[in-house]
Amino acid sequence: MAGQGCLVANDWICGEYLRSRGQELTDATLQHVGITAVSVLTGLLVAFPLALLARRGRYFAGPVLGLTTVLYTVPSLAMFSLLLPLFGLSTALVVTGLVLYSLTVLVRNILAGLEAVPPETREAAKGMGYGPVRLLWEVELPLALPALTAGVRIATVSTVALTTVGSLVGRGGLGNLIEDALPSFFKAQVLTASVLCVLLAVAADLLLLGVQRLLTPWTRIPGRAAAAAKAV
Amino acid sequence: MGVVQEAFDWLTTGANWSGEDGAAHRLGEHLYVSGAALVVAAAIALPAALYLGHIGRGGALAVNLTNVGRAVPVFAVLALFMMTPLRDSGFLPTVIALVLFAVPPLLTNAYVGMREVDRAVVEAARGMGMSGAQLFVRVELPLAYPMIMTGLRSAAVQVVATATIAAMVGLGGLGRIITAGFNTYDTAQVFAGAVLVASLALAVEGALVGLDRLLSPARRRKAV
Repeated sequence: MAGQGCLVANDWICGEYLRSRGQELTDATLQHVGITAVSVLTGLLVAFPLALLARRGRYFAGPVLGLTTVLYTVPSLAMFSLLLPLFGLSTALVVTGLVLYSLTVLVRNILAGLEAVPPETREAAKGMGYGPVRLLWEVELPLALPALTAGVRIATVSTVALTTVGSLVGRGGLGNLIEDALPSFFKAQVLTASVLCVLLAVAADLLLLGVQRLLTPWTRIPGRAAAAAKAV
Repeated sequence: MGVVQEAFDWLTTGANWSGEDGAAHRLGEHLYVSGAALVVAAAIALPAALYLGHIGRGGALAVNLTNVGRAVPVFAVLALFMMTPLRDSGFLPTVIALVLFAVPPLLTNAYVGMREVDRAVVEAARGMGMSGAQLFVRVELPLAYPMIMTGLRSAAVQVVATATIAAMVGLGGLGRIITAGFNTYDTAQVFAGAVLVASLALAVEGALVGLDRLLSPARRRKAV
């Protein structure tokens, strides 16, 4: 009975809310995770060729970096609205907007990582008979990984936060719960969804940090750690 | 391209610009809220960051703060404010949320800018007998200027862009044109509002690039 009371009293923290709306919270969280994951992965797929293009010379670098930066200055509410005539009220609309935002951070970080590969390493690999594709895949990419994953971490964390704005078109994951609770001043729902949103960002960041450590075991060999840190 | 044409018509209709819900009033609200937030955030972040950078302490805090700032959903913060008595205080909730959002990039950039000043230059200035205050004003500050301005620029653009979200919880600003259009299924108005907001963000970015060049200490030296 005491648990019921907190819903009636509209308390900030309410155990009964968690129990009775558990399914709703899980669904919203899953939608949030799904939108974030699809957006960041698509962002990576788009950013990678763009970064390779930007690396080819100043004629490509200027337009690519300029365009992605301009996209970043467009407000999220405006971005989703501008894409509305193209996609209608759909998940694709939110994902496209989030992908466009992630590009600035991702392209810059991939580019910085690739450009930090020491030229003598590249020359040595070429001397050993590595072609351009193998050079990229087996030498440059692994060395660029720390900078690349740093970019993915930043992009993921900000995408988790931005996804809430997708509630404008009803595809905002936890943001939907916040928006639904606004007119009725449903405190427990707003606080719970907000806290879950921040926890999700922290969890994603830690997960990616773990992935980065798994993918770059050489940075943890004592003595070499210093050399690797310098290269980045 | 019907929507684009209709949005253009919306923007060029005088009636849409006047009155309490008109674009002109919303633009004023937007600039007022963004400007106030930026001034308050700079007043909090810059002295702290410059002092910490000068004495070389608090580096970990300054660097990690930016990531915390990115993780905070402004929509959620504003929604939380709307659940408290703050909702009746006009512009205050928006300004507070935007200050929270603008402090991290300002602080981090100013701090990193101060720390990245060449140590050899600092030592040389000390060797020439400069006091701590002289070193700060005549060596560290001019050399850190580009980074400080970059931080100010990205903070300003983020604040202008983020102020739009205030509309999602029923507060003022240009975003209201978009949300009002949504509620009445007026796609042309939604599109027109989005164009207006995006243009403002880009205009602010452009104005700050210009201001940056105008104020740059390197440029002043060249002119002399």
